Amino acid sequence: MNAQNLISITDFSKEEYMRIMELAADFEANPDQRLLDGKVVATLFFEPSTRTRLSFETAINRLGGEIIGFTDSSSSSVTKGESLHDTIKMVSNYADLIVMRHPLEGSARYASEVSDVPVINAGDGANQHPTQTLLDMYSIVKTQETLDNINLFMVGDLKYGRTVHSLLMAMSHFDNPIFNFIAPPELTMPNEYKMYLQSKGLRYFEHTEFTDIISEADIIYMTRVQKERFPDPVDYEKVKNVYILRNKMLKHTKDNLRILHPLPRVNEIHTDVDSNPKAYYFEQARNGVYTRMAIIAHLLNLK
Amino acid sequence: MKKQLNVSAIKQGTVIDHIPTTALFKVISILKLDECKDMVTFGNNLDSNVMEGKAIIKVENRFFKDKEINKIALVAPHAKLNTIKDYEVVEKYVVEIPDEIQDIARCFNPKCITNNENIDTHFEVISKSPVALKCHYCEKITHQDQMDIK
Repeated sequence: MNAQNLISITDFSKEEYMRIMELAADFEANPDQRLLDGKVVATLFFEPSTRTRLSFETAINRLGGEIIGFTDSSSSSVTKGESLHDTIKMVSNYADLIVMRHPLEGSARYASEVSDVPVINAGDGANQHPTQTLLDMYSIVKTQETLDNINLFMVGDLKYGRTVHSLLMAMSHFDNPIFNFIAPPELTMPNEYKMYLQSKGLRYFEHTEFTDIISEADIIYMTRVQKERFPDPVDYEKVKNVYILRNKMLKHTKDNLRILHPLPRVNEIHTDVDSNPKAYYFEQARNGVYTRMAIIAHLLNLK
Repeated sequence: MKKQLNVSAIKQGTVIDHIPTTALFKVISILKLDECKDMVTFGNNLDSNVMEGKAIIKVENRFFKDKEINKIALVAPHAKLNTIKDYEVVEKYVVEIPDEIQDIARCFNPKCITNNENIDTHFEVISKSPVALKCHYCEKITHQDQMDIK
């Protein structure tokens, strides 16, 4: 049997995105649905990611499932030199579903080929983190009531930030998105994504200044400039404080504007934004639980 | 006037023609011709009507399988194979880069699972000239100048 997996955001069609949005809304309205009763879910975190793991484990618990797994590879047989192949083969004997985080890119796709049960990619290095994208989309649809005609501003590290790349790919399936990219020259959106938008006839604009151009935004998607992405720490120091969102910058923005961030934030959103009703990043994290419940229910055909 | 052959004719085997001059030794290495016990002759920087200098390899008693030909296509995308029997060309084959490539090239991404676990590589060919391969696993694109043949 070909198990259905979620490895890359491009694995899902527009219809499946919409199905996940509907299911997430249903779980938000009725969170106590014990659809995983009697089922075991393995959460295999080969590198620590507390936020993602807690979100998945909350989703599994709310669905009534049991959890096995490990929180980083030092507490697993990987330290004894076991291959990923063997770990996945073994765990797929025990569990009904595998949720996996791994530092190597492509590891989740490989695991899905080895596993007898569905695999959800909870992040494979800098490659994909599709459940983050789906929760971002759910946050957009919840706050904007649509995924069409969204003016989306992406700010910060657009070069290495996998969340912005996946969100761009996903939003390109909907009607008339406008993309605005704000990044320092060192961290601009890679050409392959701009060419992808061009090939679909979609509009995008690039900016280096983070100013009142945001007055047209429906969504501002902030990202963290990660120190570990820079081979030379001097380059990081040059850009780390360049794109900071402050409350006063939101004065002339649209009422429906919401600010998203995949979290954790460092300093790119000033804490004075937190009390502004347009700040949405903590609600966004809560949406992650409902979205992950929806993804699990969809992949296991529970609803 | 009799045309002088730069590389002598073979009785039976394969002639690989139109190899880029820079790819000659790669082709020899890919096909493991350095380990071949039969006669191998080659020439480089030969005149060509269709390319700026070319290399040619003639291998006695060897007939190549599809997978080996695919390997050549990655470094010599315009190479032509002539199968020789009794000094005559009995079959011509223009190598062609397939739409998918398995276990021939390495992914350029050091953080790709294929460079860290003992598994075959698998690429979708997204451009044939110049060659660009999208890794089925890490989704990164390996360009021709980054290509390393296994």
